[in-house]
Amino acid sequence: MADENPFPGENNTGHFWDDNIRELRNPPPRWWMIAFWLSIAWWVLYGLLYPMWPTPPWKLEQTEQQHTRGMLGWTSIQEYKQGMEQVEQVRGQYEERIAQLSADEILADPGLLQYTIASSKVVFGDYCAACHGSGGQGNPGYPVLADNDWLWGGSLGKITETITGGRKGNMIGHQNILSEQEVDTLAQFAVDLSEGREASDEAWTLFNNKGCSGCHGPDATGVLGTLPTGDVITVGAANLTDRLWRFRPGGFESAKHTILYGVNQSGVEQTRDAVMPKFGGAGSAEGRLDENQIKKLAVYVHELGGGL
Amino acid sequence: MSDTPSKAQASPQGDVKTDLQAGLKAGTLDELYAESEHWQVNAGGETIHAKRLPGRWRRIKWLAASVWLIFFLGPYVRWDGRQAVLFDIPNRQYHLFGATVLPQDFWMLSLLLLFFAILLAVATALAGRVYCGFFCFQTVWTDIFTLIEEWLEGDPRQRRAFDRAPLSLYKVRVKSVKHLLWVLIGFATGWSFVAWFYGALPLWRDFFTGQANSAVYAFVALFTAGTYLLAGWLREQVCFWLCPYARIQGVMLDRTTLVPAYDLTRGEPRGRLRKGQDVIAGQQGDCIDCNQCVAVCPTGIDIRAGQQEGCITCALCLDACDQVMDKINRPRGLIRYASLDELEGQRVRPMLLRARVWLYVGILVLSVLGIGYGFSTLVSIELNVLHERSPLFVELSDGSIQNKYTLKVLNKSNDDLQARIAVSSPVPIEVRGIEHDLRIRHGEVTPMMVFIRIEREHLTGESIPIFFTADATLPDGTEARAERESAFFAPEP
Repeated sequence: MADENPFPGENNTGHFWDDNIRELRNPPPRWWMIAFWLSIAWWVLYGLLYPMWPTPPWKLEQTEQQHTRGMLGWTSIQEYKQGMEQVEQVRGQYEERIAQLSADEILADPGLLQYTIASSKVVFGDYCAACHGSGGQGNPGYPVLADNDWLWGGSLGKITETITGGRKGNMIGHQNILSEQEVDTLAQFAVDLSEGREASDEAWTLFNNKGCSGCHGPDATGVLGTLPTGDVITVGAANLTDRLWRFRPGGFESAKHTILYGVNQSGVEQTRDAVMPKFGGAGSAEGRLDENQIKKLAVYVHELGGGL
Repeated sequence: MSDTPSKAQASPQGDVKTDLQAGLKAGTLDELYAESEHWQVNAGGETIHAKRLPGRWRRIKWLAASVWLIFFLGPYVRWDGRQAVLFDIPNRQYHLFGATVLPQDFWMLSLLLLFFAILLAVATALAGRVYCGFFCFQTVWTDIFTLIEEWLEGDPRQRRAFDRAPLSLYKVRVKSVKHLLWVLIGFATGWSFVAWFYGALPLWRDFFTGQANSAVYAFVALFTAGTYLLAGWLREQVCFWLCPYARIQGVMLDRTTLVPAYDLTRGEPRGRLRKGQDVIAGQQGDCIDCNQCVAVCPTGIDIRAGQQEGCITCALCLDACDQVMDKINRPRGLIRYASLDELEGQRVRPMLLRARVWLYVGILVLSVLGIGYGFSTLVSIELNVLHERSPLFVELSDGSIQNKYTLKVLNKSNDDLQARIAVSSPVPIEVRGIEHDLRIRHGEVTPMMVFIRIEREHLTGESIPIFFTADATLPDGTEARAERESAFFAPEP
């Protein structure tokens, strides 16, 4: 900085570098100043019109920081709620009809079916997809919902029952009941039936004598009886005669494992876990879905591809 | 506006000397030179008040500008009981006379944009910025705005004086009428723009009753303010500093492009005519430095300095110069539409022998053909097939494989239809979901689910082609059909 201003009469700040580079006091352009003050005016106006200024919690019961309300009385949460109300209004008509109709009737109404499938996708994603996969494709240990193998019945009524009350299969472990030879025979029996081969008489005898047919049915299809409505009576035992395996990957070793350790046996370390939680009975500890949601989900699951 | 006597009145003989003297008697030349003190190239420091002269190019300019009437009147043209051209954005459909274009047909829009982009390029390559000079909304609107200014405030000289004059009640009155008229034109512009999208009749109904949505008001306000500001205040500054197209155009010119040009060899050395003096052949060029070409220029440039950024090739200087040439009895065309080749005395290549012209024309033709093809093949229904991805396929109890598809049937006709869906494949398939016809509402996409099963023994590979068709009968009896190929996926055999 120079002691003496080498540019007398010039409107500079008195800061010099390299003898002649200096800082001037030129005012910003007029339009710039106008825009500047307009911006400030805008900011003040905005603060008056919209919620903006934070205020301390005035009342004792208030714990969170508050803010000014703004002269327009607008808040984003209010706008959100209004938007949601509009959506609910559109949905409301459908939901009302769904509440009045049975699942079968919904299935028969193409327009309502489209709505049901579209709106259930989210519920399915929230509650079902973690185990059954986003498209019902299943996961190891969890059944595929897109196929037509229904251990508990695939009618809308049975699916509703399953979602509402949950399911828990049960099969005792046979490691102390059957000999190694017998376990091999029965596992081979399951593989043969699955692949469409004739099983040996010896295996069928074993299947009947050891009580397997009590749950898996006399013909090993898992069906114990058929009601006049077409619904089947099962205890959730697997159909051994179809191509599908309840516990994947399936096959001889997998079948042996299930026979040895059973399903859902407390105290048996390697037992198969197979529990479908209860989603119905809203308000109860487990109940997470209301009746309408369950009805819609039943239709959705039914339409995943395996509906009977 | 100008009281200069025409050549015919002043000199029946057509002799240079008498003609000039006749002109001088009326004080025309003095007037011209006195006026010329005002004209200099303006870099934005002052408002350009261009002089208005009638003439051939002025007439062409009016003709070109009048095309813009379509912009104002077009929304009132009816077709089949509705607005002939309506860009119905809320309903995502575009009515162009008989045809309805849905977003799915929007590839045609890119061809349309290509067409206009190339049209602009071809026009520029052939005749410079003719778009700017004759058709650009900035030019046209500014022209109308300054016309109003001239009606109210007089010719350029009077306008300058009026601008300098102290504030008076009269001045305030005249100025406010001018600005009001400008704003009204701006409003009409915004109104007409919105009418293309909103529908002219509903706009009249809803706008003043406050029923139109806020976007309508916002757009009208935006266009009103924009027109007023750009055409009223910024004028030629837009062409100089704002318009990106003006920047691009410069590189499209070449030696063969026709642009308004000052014939240097003929005009120079320029010199002022003095009273009682004749133009002596050989000593002086035809340019008498009257500055009329600058005076009439809406961007305030001097064309004699050559082709330049500010020239919008509106050819008003041609009119002005031709009139002066008439007055001093010299041939017209000292400033004329000419290419650089022509000015430099080189061989002028005919337009049809230029590769660039053919290239441009080729692209134009192709894009027009594409649009024509698009319109001629606008089908009434469209089919899209989405294959379910999770899971890609499902194994069923009996070992057969099932795939799930979501069909989306779009009805582009103006009536609700019943669509018949059919599925075929080279291998035997079992289809579920197409038993009933699908009701498809007009202008909407209707989804449906289709399941296809193939027995294990028929699986020929991991992917099997599947053909979907949707058929519908239109109310007039014509058949509409849409086809789509998809694939069936199966596990490795």
